[in-house]
Amino acid sequence: MTGEAGPVMQIGDTLLVSLQGDLDDITVVRIEEHLTREVARTGAGGMLIDVSGLSVVDTFIARVLARMVAMVRLLGAEVAVVGIQPAVAITLVELGVPMGDLDTALNAEKGLALLARLRRDGRRRAY
Amino acid sequence: MRTEPGPVAAGTDDIVISDQTDLIRVRKALRAQARSAGLGLVDETKLITAGSELARNILKYATGSRGRLRAEQVTADSRRGVRATFTDEGPGIGDVDAALTDGFSTSGGLGLGLPGAQRLVDDLTVTSAPGSGTTVVIEKWRR
Ligand SMILES: Nc1ncnc2c1ncn2[C@@H]1O[C@H](COP(=O)(O)OP(=O)(O)O)[C@@H](O)[C@H]1O
Ligand SMILES: [Mg+2]
Repeated sequence: MTGEAGPVMQIGDTLLVSLQGDLDDITVVRIEEHLTREVARTGAGGMLIDVSGLSVVDTFIARVLARMVAMVRLLGAEVAVVGIQPAVAITLVELGVPMGDLDTALNAEKGLALLARLRRDGRRRAY
Repeated sequence: MRTEPGPVAAGTDDIVISDQTDLIRVRKALRAQARSAGLGLVDETKLITAGSELARNILKYATGSRGRLRAEQVTADSRRGVRATFTDEGPGIGDVDAALTDGFSTSGGLGLGLPGAQRLVDDLTVTSAPGSGTTVVIEKWRR
């Protein structure tokens, strides 16, 4: 199966989306543009990205994800990335891709709590 | 039983890399090879990710963005593993040691593809010279 972003769902002013499958580069960039536009269009204050369906994240995919998070933050929304598979996390650390700036949580429930805390307390103080 | 590391003929994958959708085929082939060799999920993920980086380099740096992958099973003593050989006839790498250093990139990239791939596998060998193409061989062994 090739990769895709599932439908963007909205709960309150938070957007939820899940990425799944094996993402080629064009698809990753298309998802980045689409989600960034959706945040701008809806004026969402938060976005939850579920990546539990991604079994491979290489440097390109990681870089585009990080860039998307930066853009969405510029639009005034907080982003939580949830569900990174343990094997993917281990691989990313060993690859050396700088992902430390991402706010991550184990699952969607914890991610929503993290988003609420980020939006209440701001990013810097959330740690 | 083999005592020298050698390929097992069955299940060899030969893949032409010439388009970025080939990245998907490369990852799929490496996943199948990892499973045949009995690698665990973490090692499978590391092998696929390393291969994805090397295939990406072919698309980015090789002449005409063309190259190929051969992926095969290997055995040594009673151990099993996967060997993946990425070859292109591109411009080659002038300074292989530099290219294997974190952060070194001639394209404004992250410079983590080659050194990162090296960390992810058990063995990575680069054979390259300016004008004579590049071959990168990686091996990942079952624990
Ligand atoms: N197949 C190749 N052919 C020619 N040069 C290559 C090839 N693969 C890698 N290189 C060189 O090695 C450098 C480091 O590669 P890499 O670690 O993947 O980082 P990046 O792709 O981000 O530059 C590249 O910038 C390029 O100069
Ligand atoms: Mg690279």
